[in-house]
Amino acid sequence: MRIALFITCFNDTMFPRTGQAVTALLERLGHTVEFPQGQTCCGQMHFNTGYRPEALPMVRRFTEAFAGYDAVVAPSGSCAGMVRDHHRTVAAQYGDTALTEAVEQVAPTVYELSELLVDVLGVTDVGAYFPHRVTYHPTCHSLRMLRVGDRPLRLLRAVKGIDLVELPAADSCCGFGGTFALKNADVSNAMLADKMRHVLDTGAEFLTAGDNSCLTHIGGGLSRLRTGVGTLHLAEILASTEGDSR
Amino acid sequence: MSGADNVVWLGTPAFPEAAREALADTRLRANLRRATGTIRDKRLAVAAELDDWEELRETAATIKRRTLRHLDHHLLRLEKAVTAAGGTVHWAADAAEANRIVTGLVEATGEKEVVKVKSMATQEIGLNEALADAGIRAYETDLAELIVQLGGDRPSHILVPAIHRGRSEIREIFRREMGEWGRPAPETLTDDPRDLAEAARLHLREKFLRAKVAVSGANFAAADTGTVVVVESEGNGRMCLTLPETLITVMGIEKVLPAFADLDVFLQLLPRSSTGERMNPYTSLWTGVTEGDGPRDFHLVLLDNGRTATLADEVGRQALNCIRCSACLNVCPVYERTGGHAYGSVYPGPIGAVLTPQLVGVENAASLPFASTLCGACYDACPVKIDIPEVLAHLRAEAVEAKRRDRLLPTTEALAMKAAAAVLSSPKRLAAAQRLAAFGARLVAREGRIGYLPGPLAGWSATRDAPAPARESMRAWWRRTRTNRRDKGRTTAKGKEAR
Repeated sequence: MRIALFITCFNDTMFPRTGQAVTALLERLGHTVEFPQGQTCCGQMHFNTGYRPEALPMVRRFTEAFAGYDAVVAPSGSCAGMVRDHHRTVAAQYGDTALTEAVEQVAPTVYELSELLVDVLGVTDVGAYFPHRVTYHPTCHSLRMLRVGDRPLRLLRAVKGIDLVELPAADSCCGFGGTFALKNADVSNAMLADKMRHVLDTGAEFLTAGDNSCLTHIGGGLSRLRTGVGTLHLAEILASTEGDSR
Repeated sequence: MSGADNVVWLGTPAFPEAAREALADTRLRANLRRATGTIRDKRLAVAAELDDWEELRETAATIKRRTLRHLDHHLLRLEKAVTAAGGTVHWAADAAEANRIVTGLVEATGEKEVVKVKSMATQEIGLNEALADAGIRAYETDLAELIVQLGGDRPSHILVPAIHRGRSEIREIFRREMGEWGRPAPETLTDDPRDLAEAARLHLREKFLRAKVAVSGANFAAADTGTVVVVESEGNGRMCLTLPETLITVMGIEKVLPAFADLDVFLQLLPRSSTGERMNPYTSLWTGVTEGDGPRDFHLVLLDNGRTATLADEVGRQALNCIRCSACLNVCPVYERTGGHAYGSVYPGPIGAVLTPQLVGVENAASLPFASTLCGACYDACPVKIDIPEVLAHLRAEAVEAKRRDRLLPTTEALAMKAAAAVLSSPKRLAAAQRLAAFGARLVAREGRIGYLPGPLAGWSATRDAPAPARESMRAWWRRTRTNRRDKGRTTAKGKEAR
């Protein structure tokens, strides 16, 4: 199966480790991963902040870069959601019929990591080893836009050595919301405070999620308070094996 | 602007500033968390009891969608049916016209007092204030609405307008104000809920028995029979709808349903979604007037006030599906922390953030579509399936467009977005920016993290460390470690090479 990795601009710049983990994981499972160098960004920040015409070139570029693959995997629920739900909105509003058609072709091939593993590749035990206490935050877009359900948890439960603990009020938003954290910093901080309290209540060493943006927000707070709790993308836990030092 | 003046409270700061004040009030936050948490759990439990809950939601959304598509037709049918049943129908284009009509009707009776059932529509048009200007006193009879009125306050929740008030505050308000409005509160009043309810009961009974005119809203109206419906929990509605001689109902035009039989669906959805009850205690239905029973005179005022303009927006019109259950408020993490006043409107919470800007024009409530993380909890809770996140994103685009039109752009944000778009639509420029960011990060980051930041990022860095950009981006890593000559040739041939 020809799988293309859509790293997302944020991971590309800030968390290449996550992309490297996805690659290692999929190759370990016997698949070929390609990295279209023409890829950039899904346009979510512009779309969600109201700058829709500005998102158009990104939609166009995405459909060009990812046309023709069996599957496209993104280690981000919100970027996968943007592509699947909103690219057609942008194409219909500002683009042409050719672009709309291209989006209709490409968008359904895009999967968030846990969806690709469980639904497309049919695996829940990816042969990972991670001997730590971990709690999982289901990010809003994974949960409610993509409806990934318990797929990430099923993957985590199959990890050897892991002590997976439930996060209280897991499905409440962490308060990041993209530019919301800048425009409504005070409300965002209040939401973050509650999320951090719940994370600390679990006694976990690591908080994991399918989105580095939410993890950056929560992890930034945990780091400022010197809690010692680390944040780690789901892909990095699933990519870990016995030989790893962590 | 007559409508806008009332839907939006003038002088209220934009959402982020109003929210900051609300967040500082720890008692408010505790009250809200407790109250919304309780209703949230109850709603989930009673919704889960019905096997066909999702089907009901879908049916309700379909009925609403179809009704809105032919709204004029259904409204004319409603007018005909109400008239045939002995009622009188009035049409009001905006708040000022609606207030003029109602004031005129009350003046024609010669009365100086009216009793009111809690009604969002009359709050929206500022009816109480308009009546006061004409020397007519309007008494709110819903308990929470009474607390708001006596406290000289504003409602902060659709269903529980006084959700922001604690028991001891309510006792103080009753003791201080009840005497000014009618029967005073007993000297020995405690803050026990039963004691407070009894004081309200005695205070209100005097009003019910004296009033000759009542004003109500409407939860639904059936076009085929001309039947109007009010749903409530305390019995005050039943009193207002049956005892007075004249009944004036102010109803938003979107509240019409094609048929009486449609109530079957909505009367299952509404109580479960709003109070978490299987059935609400009082459902009053009336059709025109009935000889020897109830009001002798019935007037139905059909209110537009921005609704036709909302209907014209293909994405935004779904906000008119709203049955004012407030389920979206109770699940919203933003509402839970700020309360309703921060939204600066009669309609708070997620539904307010999409309804208010549409009723008054997005430029008059530009911060509201941004008062959400787009987490989507509201969409899942909505019994009539309003895709609130979709409408929020849509209105954000409208807000930005409105600024462009009024040449308020380019703002700092607009310039930053433009610059970001230029970088993010070209792999070459993105790669260059990544190299620059990695270099910059090496100067300011400590152990891979960045502390306090200036300018628009200050709000972020006040409570969170930011991670430093990676020394080597993913794309650079891939090119360095994974791309052999053959692959390079292939991607170039396919036109996927960096431009």
